[in-house]
Formats: sequence, structure tokens, C-alpha cells
Amino acid sequence: MEFSELIKTATVESVLLSCVGLPAVKGTLCITSHHLLLSSCPGGDSQPGTLELWLLIRNVDAVEKRVQNLGWYQPPRTNDSPRDTRIAGSSGTITLRCKDLKVLQLEIPGMEECLNIASSIEALSSVDSVMMMYPFFYRPQSLKLEEGWHLFPLEQYFQRIASQTSQWRLSDVNRDFTTCPTYPPTVIVPAAVDDDTLQKAARFRQGGRFPVLSYYHCKNGTAMLRSSQPLTGPNRKRCREDEMLLGTILDEGERGFIIDTRSAQAAKQARMMGGGTEPKSSYPQWRRLHRPLERGRPLQESFIKLVEACNDTSINMDRWLSRLESCRWLSHVKAALSTACLAAQCLDREEASVLVHGAEGTDTTLLVTALAQVILDPSCRTLAGFQGLLEREWIEAGHPFHLRCARSAYSHARLKQEAPLFLLFLDCVWQLSRQFPFSLEFSEHLLLTLFDNAYASAYGTFLCNNEKERCLCKVRESTHALWAWLNQPGEKKKYLNPLYSHNALVIWPSVEPQSIQLWQGLFFRWIRSSQYLDEAWAEVQRLAEGGDPPVKESVESRLSRSLSDPAAQTENGR
Amino acid sequence: PHHVRCVENVKLLDRYTNRKAANGTLYLTATHLIYVDASAEVRKEIWILHHHIATVEKLPLTTAGYPLLIHCKNFHVAHFVIGQERDCHEVYTSLLKLSQPVKSEELYAFSYNPKMSKENREIGWKLIDLKVDYQRMGIPNDYWEITDVNKDYEVCNTYPPEIVVPRAANKAVVIGSSRFRSRGRIPVLSYLYKENNAAICRCSQPLSGFSARCLEDEQMLQAIREANPGSPFMYVVDTRPKLNAMANRAAGKGYENEDNYDNIRFKFIGIENIHVMRNSLQKLLEVCEMKSPSMSDFLTGLENSGWLRHIKAVMDAGVFLAKAVKDEKASVLVHCSDGWDRTAQVCSLASLLLDPFYRTFKGFMVLIEKEWIAMGHKFSHRCGHLDGDPKEVSPVFTQFIECVWQLMQQFPCAFEFNERFLLEIHDHVYSCQFGNFLGTCHKEREDLKIFEKTHSLWPFLLQKKQELRNPLYRGFTAYKELQPNTLPFSFQFWCGMYNRFDKGMHPKQCVLDHLLSSMSQKMKLEDNASELENVKQPSSCCAVVLAAAEPCWHSTVPQHSRLIPRGQYAGGGQGFGRGRS
Repeated sequence: MEFSELIKTATVESVLLSCVGLPAVKGTLCITSHHLLLSSCPGGDSQPGTLELWLLIRNVDAVEKRVQNLGWYQPPRTNDSPRDTRIAGSSGTITLRCKDLKVLQLEIPGMEECLNIASSIEALSSVDSVMMMYPFFYRPQSLKLEEGWHLFPLEQYFQRIASQTSQWRLSDVNRDFTTCPTYPPTVIVPAAVDDDTLQKAARFRQGGRFPVLSYYHCKNGTAMLRSSQPLTGPNRKRCREDEMLLGTILDEGERGFIIDTRSAQAAKQARMMGGGTEPKSSYPQWRRLHRPLERGRPLQESFIKLVEACNDTSINMDRWLSRLESCRWLSHVKAALSTACLAAQCLDREEASVLVHGAEGTDTTLLVTALAQVILDPSCRTLAGFQGLLEREWIEAGHPFHLRCARSAYSHARLKQEAPLFLLFLDCVWQLSRQFPFSLEFSEHLLLTLFDNAYASAYGTFLCNNEKERCLCKVRESTHALWAWLNQPGEKKKYLNPLYSHNALVIWPSVEPQSIQLWQGLFFRWIRSSQYLDEAWAEVQRLAEGGDPPVKESVESRLSRSLSDPAAQTENGR
Repeated sequence: PHHVRCVENVKLLDRYTNRKAANGTLYLTATHLIYVDASAEVRKEIWILHHHIATVEKLPLTTAGYPLLIHCKNFHVAHFVIGQERDCHEVYTSLLKLSQPVKSEELYAFSYNPKMSKENREIGWKLIDLKVDYQRMGIPNDYWEITDVNKDYEVCNTYPPEIVVPRAANKAVVIGSSRFRSRGRIPVLSYLYKENNAAICRCSQPLSGFSARCLEDEQMLQAIREANPGSPFMYVVDTRPKLNAMANRAAGKGYENEDNYDNIRFKFIGIENIHVMRNSLQKLLEVCEMKSPSMSDFLTGLENSGWLRHIKAVMDAGVFLAKAVKDEKASVLVHCSDGWDRTAQVCSLASLLLDPFYRTFKGFMVLIEKEWIAMGHKFSHRCGHLDGDPKEVSPVFTQFIECVWQLMQQFPCAFEFNERFLLEIHDHVYSCQFGNFLGTCHKEREDLKIFEKTHSLWPFLLQKKQELRNPLYRGFTAYKELQPNTLPFSFQFWCGMYNRFDKGMHPKQCVLDHLLSSMSQKMKLEDNASELENVKQPSSCCAVVLAAAEPCWHSTVPQHSRLIPRGQYAGGGQGFGRGRS
């Protein structure tokens, strides 16, 4: 496939770009293989320079077009600009709804151009082949390809554990991805269990996701494991190796907890489809707790409804609250935080090991294990530690980013496997950062950047669904890592929390509804002006650093940056 | 005459957790209920001012003892369990009596003695001088004058002796207009926007009925309009819902007929009355007190209470006024029924939006003195200071304070003071510890000899300025007019007010404290440096020493990791047993 075949019209002049809260800009629109560009007419109009839109086409979630036939084409801003007297038979408006939730409007003279542009964007934004995506073409001069890919080797993580206990070992039973296609080649498992047993246990777990170590709680030597559901099935099958694997984790008389992220009924029903739960009789030392967490389509629909409600500026106070309630997003945040706290509580307070799983073990399972670690482990709350956590518990653990983040909240396409679990995780971390403003080394800005990059990115970090696919696509060899870019000294500063001070304690959040807030910084990012909040943040930074006031960014530059793709800053060869 | 009563073995239940109840001793002093928790590692005291107590209820006997539930006007809820029925009943009857004084003289302010010299007390009362504020607006000028026409309360007994009216309105017009306005509350100036001469004026509803007219009242409005030569028209804003205003016509009251007044634009804004607001708050508090509600329970309850809808209505009205004055350059005359509730909310909010002075400590005090205290907001009735008609109680001032807080959320650098300043003021509106909020109007405060017998709140607050200031304040000139976003999502539930005493719900680390302490450290360093150069003059008011009996709401908070008890997240009957022992 050639990109050029998908581009029906590459440039259009006199396109008017508008976006809520910003002055409209007129300029030349350009479509390239991966980007939508708009450069304003230099010297012309009332614009002094060139204000550019540099939008990654992958970021486009929905394209809506409206054409007006006949009539005069008149640019809406005629006050001080010479009137455009060109007669056009028609014109059209394209509304681009992006995955990062911003909404852009392009007014394009000429119906045909408009339709061409719209269909080009549609075609380019739905290219599904990973290797055709922008990260494979993006070559910033300031970064080297291999940078940032091996910052967080599991071996290093394991060394930390091995210095405390010899109960665990690294296993490369999955080196060729045959034991579990969605696990990384290396995993941490109980030292007492050999690879042969692991392979047999894997056959008893959906997708081969046998129990592996997710987190070792140094304070008391308890462990958090994760897996997928056991394939108990309607005939209540058992697997001696699986039972043994879990058995070795607990000493005699010790009790462990299995946190199943499905309801007891859903877990029971899963037996009919060959799945199920660990029956008490076969796992006598483990006690099951069911904490149903929403995922899949209901979670995606919750996200869609919330974004719809946020964008509906015509609703009155009462309808706003009832829509906020009916979309249930905050209920999901509360449930996720509560379940993560439960897992953390089992480990820290009950001094008991925990196994977390739902069905596949790639969604709510990871949500719970990753969140529990942020709550328990101060080293996950640093900028580097948090990146390591994401690598370990989301990316390498096989959260299917490619499927889950294929579409965001605006898409009209039929839902397939999209679900905003990663966003829900980021939201929960934001809630933690609000309740413990000094305990996370990174700021809200990092969480927003992660959200943006998970859905559309110039970097390869969130590509593919698992390590096996990443190997096949040579993601590590052919794309840049997001971390390499984030961790550049100049860039890194933006993501740091000026109030951070190391907190060795567990951060137990309140999960009362009064304590959980809608994440306005994300859901209203493009809807309301954040000028006054940004100024407050700058003031906090100034006070925390005790230095002179920072050079105030002009509003202009802030806005133009917010409109463009962050990648544009380092892009070469424009 | 009152002796301190003391009851031992009293449990204090925590509403939100299954934490073991505190065990301690309850004391009743002349002014406070004091609970000393003996079971805590750190001595913990809870002080509840009798005046703060809204209701005391005896609940059915439990295995732990006789429960006594106390609801406070500052939204503190204390759930005690007392071992002996006789003790419980005694505490109950004492509190009923102590919390509902019958005579004004029984109010705390008349016995409160901070050991301050008479001279300093008098200086304290002179701290806020409204004349200075009018001067700041440029009054008197060609169009407006400060008149003492009301010095004997002839025009209006709920207005202060000095009022600001248009120069063009002579005494006959003033007197004539006062006969046509409910309770004689004629149109007077609230705020003059110096930049363009547009003014905000306030009054009560006209006694228009279905057809009555009053020439002097029409002349009064004309004079107000003409005091702003830049605009050909003026707004007359009735802050009531149209239906309510129409219903009033049958009682000989009502609203202005546009045909009778030259060049007015009449508009209804639709803020509900005090009874609707009282019920709304009641519902809101029920939501706040729910035991482990789900997210849906909470949001549905919040919506059904209508509270944020009312807050938004007040804010919308304030924004309308500010825009009319600033953008349309038109003067606005505002009223509701009597012009002392909704009118006070809306006028003070508009001033706050238009003028950065009112966002400073001093300015905010002036604003409350001017629009609320001087203009006769009936604090005594609305706050239920004395045993009286419960239907007169309404959270009108609370709503204003909340509107200010909502603005602080949107403009974190625009106010010199922080959230605690608002809470302090809110506390003292109910505490009756200071004279400012006693009575219903200036005349009544004079009759009560407030200025001779009690202290003013403001110097006490200024003294605590360091902890009440906003570290993010960017100064007087950083923002001029504020244009808040009034879309529904901009209005948030104020956990810091309505669940203020449920510490577990609040952020576990406090940015405000952190910034304040780093600021004060910095200032100490600077002070030390400057002290070497010159000796500082202590100001007279700052020599005040606070009484030892100052309530202490911020009792020692233990390490945050201890705040979470075992089993909190287990919930839903799915709790788990012990792990290994």
C-alpha cells in the first residue's frame, strides 16, 4: 500500500481552522502520509506570523463533514481582512474529533476538496497495520533509536527482590512465546517451581497466563501475583501443577487471597465457557474475594457517554449531575481504587499474599496490580519508577494497547475491542495525586501525555498488543521509545511535580464519593480555558522552587502548542 | 451561675469508619461542649460552641449506651454515646437550653472577654469605615452623595443612618419613594464602577400591586439612570422567579411596570426563596451524612438536593450584573422581596467580580459590612441565633460564601485570602462571639449596644492573617474583573465546608499548609534582615491576645497511614478474616 493512493487532495488554500476558545486561523492545508498541517498565510490576513497545526492523523477519531452547495464563499472574519471575493460554487466544513478529545473544525472552500480531504483523513486514520504507523517513520535528530528501550530490564527489578529473598526466580520458559503468547520472554515465578510445571500450569490458564509475580512487598515478604482465570470448565477440572504453583507461595497454615475482578456470578457463568475460578476444595489455603470491575464495552460506553456529557455545553445543572451519574465513570474510578486498596490492604495489613485475576488477565487485573503498587511502593511514585511500572505491568504484561486504544470516545465505528482501561488507571493515579499532592514525583502533565500517546503517538512504546507482536514488528529496533523523549533534561522538567518529597509510607486514599473528583484537566482540557489554573500552577512552581518567577509563556505560544502535536517540536525536515 | 458539668465514659463514634470509638470525658462549660478523648495516644480535644449547635437528638438505646446526636451549624456532626440514661438526658436538656438562648444578652459576645483594652476594642470597631469605601469609588461626586437622611431611621429602619443616593433625588423623592417600597427600603447605591459611571443599586420590591404608581419612585429611578449619562437605559433586575413576583402583586407588592418607568429594561433572574434554600441545604446535608454511599447515591442525592443549581443561579445573577455594568455600561437596580437576602448575595458577588479590592482581606470585610451587615441582612433570624421561628432560618450567607469559594477554584491566584478565611467568617457568623453579626440591622445593633459591649471580628481575623492568606495570590493588579465560567461542570461540591469535619475525606497532604509554611520561613528570614536595619513599630491592634478558650477544630491529626482502619475497603459484607496470626 502506498500512502499517496489514500491522499486524494494534498493541499487546499484558504482553509479556516477553528477550535473552541481560540481565534480562527486561515491558511493552507496540507495532508502528508501521517500529518495534517495548516500554515497560516504569512503577512496576510491579520495574523502576523505562521501559526501551524501539526496533527498526527492517527489522532483523528472521527471525521464529520458538512457541505454547503452554492452561494458565496465568505470567510467569517471579515472585520479587518480584505474580503475574499472569490466565487465558489460550494464549500464544506470538516469537524475532526481527536482521540485526545480535542475538536477541530476546518472550513474548506470547494465541495470536492472538502470531500476529498475528509475521505483522505478517514482512510489514513484507519490504516490498521502497525508497521505503517508513524513511529516507524519518525526520526528525530535529537534521539537515537535504541535509547529508552532497555531502561527497565526485569532482571534489574528481580535483583531487588533477590536481595531480600530466595523464594523467587527468573524463568525464560516463555523465551519463544510458546508457553504464553501474551507474556514477555522472562517472568518471575516461585523458585520452587520448575519450567515444566509452569508449562503445564499455563495450559490450565486462559491464554496460558499462569500465575507470575507482579509485586513483592519487601516490608513483610508477601507477594502479589497475577494470572488469567483457571480453565475449570463445567466439569470442574483440576490441575495439579497450578495448585502446586500457588501452593508453594504459602507456608503451611498461611492464608492467601484471590481477588477476582468479576462478580461471583460472572465467574460461575464463565465455567460454562470453559473458564471459572479456583474452587476452595482444590486451593484450600486461598480465600476468594469477588470485586466486580467493569471492562470491555460497558467501560468504553461509559467513556463515550462522559465525553458526550462534557461536550454538551447546553445542559443545565441538574442534567449535568444526572448525566455524570448515569455515565458511571466515577463509579468505575471508585471501584478500581477500592479494589486496588483491598489488594494493598491484604498485603500490607493482613500480611497475606494475593493473586489477582479476572478473565483474560490483561485488563482489570493489570489495573488492580499496577494501582496497588502505586499505593504501596514509594519507588513506583518517582518519574522513572512510574515508567518502569508501566513497562512491567501494562506493556510487557500484555495489555492489548493496539486493540483497546484503537478508537477513543468520538468514533462512530462499530466498537470492537476498545476499552479505556489505561485511561481509568491514569484517572485513578490522578485521584491519588490529588489526595497526596507531595507523594508523586510526576505531575498531571505526565498523565495527560501518557493518555495522548497511548492513543496516538510518534513513539513505539504503546504499539502492538504484547511482546510477541512487538518482536515481530521490530518495534524496539525501528521506532523511538517515548521514555527517551520524556527523559531528555529539558523535557523532563515539564513532567515533574515541584511539591514532591519522598514519602516512604503507604498512601491510602479515601474512596468516599466526596473524595473522588472528575478529572477536569483531562475531560475539559479542550473545553474550558485553563489560563488561571496554569497561572496557579506556575505560582506553585515558583514558590516550591523558591526562585525567581519563571519567564511567563505568552498565551499565544501556549495555545499554539496545545493545538499542535507534541512531536512537532522535535520533528526535523519540515 | 452555670457550673461545669462533666460526664465520664462517653464514646465518640466516627461516622465513616468502623474504627474503634473514642472513649473520653464530656464537659459542659458556660460556652462550650468540650470532649477530651482519653483513648488516643495524643490528647485530642473537640470543642463545640453551644451557639453552633443546631439540633440535639436522643437516639434509641444501643448496646453501647445512650446515643446523643449533635448537628452543628458549621456542619460538624458529633455522635456521642453516653453510658447512663440519666447523664444522657441531663446533657440533652442542658444543651437544648444552652444552644437556644432566648434573650440577646445571653449571647456569647456579651460575655466574651479577650482581655483587650477599651481603647483597642474601639479601634477594632473603627477598622472598617464604609465612608472610605465610598470615597474609593469617588463618592461624593457630581451625581452621588452620602446623605444622613435616614439618621433617625425615618426613611427605613433596616437601613443604616447614612446611605448613598443620587444627588438629583431630593428629600421629597427619597421619602416618597420609601413609601412605595416594601419596608421603606428605597433604591440606594451599592457599588459604583468608576471606569464608566455605571452603578449597582439595591432596594426592595415596589408596592405596585396590579396598577399602583408612585411619581417619586419613578423619579428616583430616573435619577439613578441619569447619574450614568453614558447609558440611555438601566436594568431593573428582580432576582425572584417570575411566578413568585407575580404572586406578590396580589398582596399589593410586585415588580416594576416597564411602561411606568422611562428607559428601564426589566428582567427576572429566578433565584429561589429562603424556604427552598433551607430545604435544599437540608437535603444536601443528608447526602453528606450518608453512610458509605455509592457514587450514584451521592451524585443522585447531590442532584436531588438542587444545591448546586441554586449556587449557580446566584452566580449567574452576579455575572449578569457585572457584565451589564462593565460591558453594557448600564446601571442596574436589583431587588427581590425585601431586598436583604438574594439582593445582598447578588450585589456583593457582582462587586467581588468587578473590583479586585473586595478580593483582599480588608476589601472582603468591607464588602460584608457594606452589603450584608449595614444593609440589614437579618443574620440573627437567618442563622437562628436566638430561639425563634425556624422558618426564618436560611443559608443565604452560606451560599454567598460558597460562591466565593467556587470563584477561588476557578481563579486560584485572584484572592488575597484562602478557604480557611471563608470558613472562619462562616463559623463566626454563627458563633455570636463577636458583635458584627448580632441582631438584624444597624438600629437593632445600636439598641443592643453592640459597639460598646462587644468586640468586632475583623481585627481578630487580621491578626491571623498569616494562616488565612492565599500563598498563590498574585496581587491587586494581576486580575481586574473576573469572568467566571458558569457552565454546570464549573460548580463543584464543597467538601471542605459540608464535610469539613470528616478529615478522612480530605486530601491527606495539604498544599496550602506547605506553601504557607515555606512562605513564612522566607518572610522570617527577610524580617530578620530588615530588623537589623530598622526597629519595627508594632501596630495597636496587633497587641491583642486571643483568649485561651479559643475553639480548636483542627485537633491533632495522626499520621495519615493510621487513618485507614482495617476493613475499610472490604465493605459490602465481603469482609475477610484474619490472615496468619
